Amino acid sequence: MARLQTGLNVMQFVLPYSGLQWSDLPFMLEGAWRTIMLTIMAGSLGTLLGVIVGWLRETFVSFRIGLIPFIDVIRSVPLIIQFILVNSFQSILGLQFDPFWIGVVTLSIYMAVLTSELVRAGLQSVRPELSRAGRSLGMSYWQGFLHIRAPLAIRTALPGWIGALIALTKDTALVSVIGYIELLRAAQVLINRSNEALLILAGVGLFYFVICYPVSLYARRLERRLAI
Amino acid sequence: MFDYTFLWPLVWAEWPQLLAGARVTLEITILSMAVATVAAFPLALARRAGKGLSCQAATIWVEAARNTPCLVQIYMVYFGLGALGLHIGSYFAVLGAITFNNTGYLAEMFRGGLNAVAPQQFNAGRSLGLTAFQTYKNIIFPQVFRIVYFPFVNQITWAMLNSSLGMIIGLRELTGATQMAQSVSFRTFEFFVVAAGLYYAIAKSVQILARVVAWRAFRRA
Amino acid sequence: MIEIHNVHKAFGSLKVIRGVDLEIKKGEVLCLIGASGSGKSTLLQCVNGLEPIQQGEIQVDGISVHAKDTNLNKLRQKLGIVFQQYNAFPHLTALENVALAPRVVKRISKAEARALASKHLKHVGLGDKEDVFPSRLSGGQQQRLAIARALAMEPSYMLFDEVTSALDPELVGEVLDTLRMLKSEGMTMVVVTHDIVFARETGDRIAFFKDGRICEVGEAWQVVNAPREEHTRQFLKRVLA
Ligand SMILES: Nc1ncnc2c1ncn2[C@@H]1O[C@H](COP(=O)(O)OP(=O)(O)O)[C@@H](O)[C@H]1O
Ligand SMILES: [Mg+2]
Repeated sequence: MARLQTGLNVMQFVLPYSGLQWSDLPFMLEGAWRTIMLTIMAGSLGTLLGVIVGWLRETFVSFRIGLIPFIDVIRSVPLIIQFILVNSFQSILGLQFDPFWIGVVTLSIYMAVLTSELVRAGLQSVRPELSRAGRSLGMSYWQGFLHIRAPLAIRTALPGWIGALIALTKDTALVSVIGYIELLRAAQVLINRSNEALLILAGVGLFYFVICYPVSLYARRLERRLAI
Repeated sequence: MFDYTFLWPLVWAEWPQLLAGARVTLEITILSMAVATVAAFPLALARRAGKGLSCQAATIWVEAARNTPCLVQIYMVYFGLGALGLHIGSYFAVLGAITFNNTGYLAEMFRGGLNAVAPQQFNAGRSLGLTAFQTYKNIIFPQVFRIVYFPFVNQITWAMLNSSLGMIIGLRELTGATQMAQSVSFRTFEFFVVAAGLYYAIAKSVQILARVVAWRAFRRA
Repeated sequence: MIEIHNVHKAFGSLKVIRGVDLEIKKGEVLCLIGASGSGKSTLLQCVNGLEPIQQGEIQVDGISVHAKDTNLNKLRQKLGIVFQQYNAFPHLTALENVALAPRVVKRISKAEARALASKHLKHVGLGDKEDVFPSRLSGGQQQRLAIARALAMEPSYMLFDEVTSALDPELVGEVLDTLRMLKSEGMTMVVVTHDIVFARETGDRIAFFKDGRICEVGEAWQVVNAPREEHTRQFLKRVLA
């Protein structure tokens, strides 16, 4: 429970003033690398989980209804609070995971919820006539799923999933709240020391932009192409 | 293994603080949405023009808002402008940044809505003798309104969620107020569970209210 | 009277109307026929002032459509136009669709506009659909709704642009019946159509349009039964085959 406190206190630590130096670059790059790692880990874990949960929700009424409150809560509580809750809950349990893993777990759950919504919508968009056509050809449930429903559902869900991935990339910035030094936190440390806020923040913003913008352009193009 | 006792009364003792925070959260959400709605229309129209300086400026705004973390946007306003000698408090920094963010998303939403209205609707209106303004007011906008209504309501929730970032620069909105309130007892978990409940209640209320309004306004097919 | 004098119109470098002269007298029904892309729709849009022209003049009751000081919104009240796509306003009921323009353009009261709309809906046989939204109407009903909407402005002229082309065959009759009814009431009409039989029987005159020019114009029966121009003969052979 004290972890959050230390986390926030770290944010205030002040190094003696000095301007930006080239030797600060590895520190920033390390932060950028950690941001990318967080995205990759949470993105893949969350997607995997989300596909399974989405299928469960679409297939079984019990999951569909039983998961509603959970999904509702994840979607309407700020991520910061989700980080803080997961973090303080592990302290309550007497566990001491690295903030990186707290971040991965929280972001994965968040990503899983977004993905499961998309998977469900994708599966729903497949006209039942098509799966029935598959069954009439003698396909089993899983053959029909694999060869007909899944490919069609992916077409519908893909642009939205890319959008979720972009949202996830941006949301990794919040892991700084529980004391993990990713890119934005690294930037903050340097800002405190060097007073070069504008330059550093512009650099950080550009980093995210360079990752997210091309991907979002691609998603939009994909959406237009799949719509036809 | 589980020797922790939850102490909820500690939270209730600080309840007024949390409510005051919720009030700030609501204030920022509503104000930022209101300003962004007004600002997003010219941006959407500029983007639709497809060329020219105003279109480029609008595109930069929209893409910067959508492709960088909201927290970076808040830092930019708070620390970045500070570095330029323009010091603004955390309240206006958060309000400004979230308005910037909302405007980008709403502009794209409105643009999509305008594009979704069949282009012949405009000529159909003009051919009946309506002026361009009358056509927009009576024919185009009511249709756009319907198309963007639910995405718009979602954006309200996003604005509320984003306002929680204010905590990081010391603003006492709901998350920041909770953070302050728990710092006496360090009952982090209990306090933030209650805060989460409040966020959930606000988000749900907005959604339910929106549905009631929609049901009354769009009684139709 | 609608007078079209030497009108030229281009979209960029694409010359669509290349010198058209045509007069439509009061009470007359003129049918415009011609291949797709020959510029028929464009001509109607020019008459209505929805499209600018590069050369020539169009006068409606002596008022020049494209003159700078012409109040187009006022002029358009004289000219009803109905398009191939029905363009019903999807967010309004049938009655509201018809009442909108009288209310906001002519500024008559809401109650009067509704009464007027009700009258015109009955006129086209949609009296029982007042509170229905367009999405619940068939194509033929939507097209009649579009006609009622134009008629409610009490225009002196009606322009119809292939109003049956988007309809299922069994729905064409009800819309054509509506046009015949308007003719019997003495409405002046310009009707773009691919239906040669309808043009011959309902039109007073027929103008055959080719490549942005009027190739032949004359009495309806004459143009169909005894075309003077070789192009007309070929066109008729193709569409009547
Ligand atoms: N808004 C426009 N912009 C550019 N070209 C157009 C436009 N409208 C029509 N055209 C072109 O003008 C020509 C005539 O079109 P149109 O008047 O619709 O013919 P019709 O109604 O006889 O089929 C076509 O080649 C068409 O592609
Ligand atoms: Mg045409």
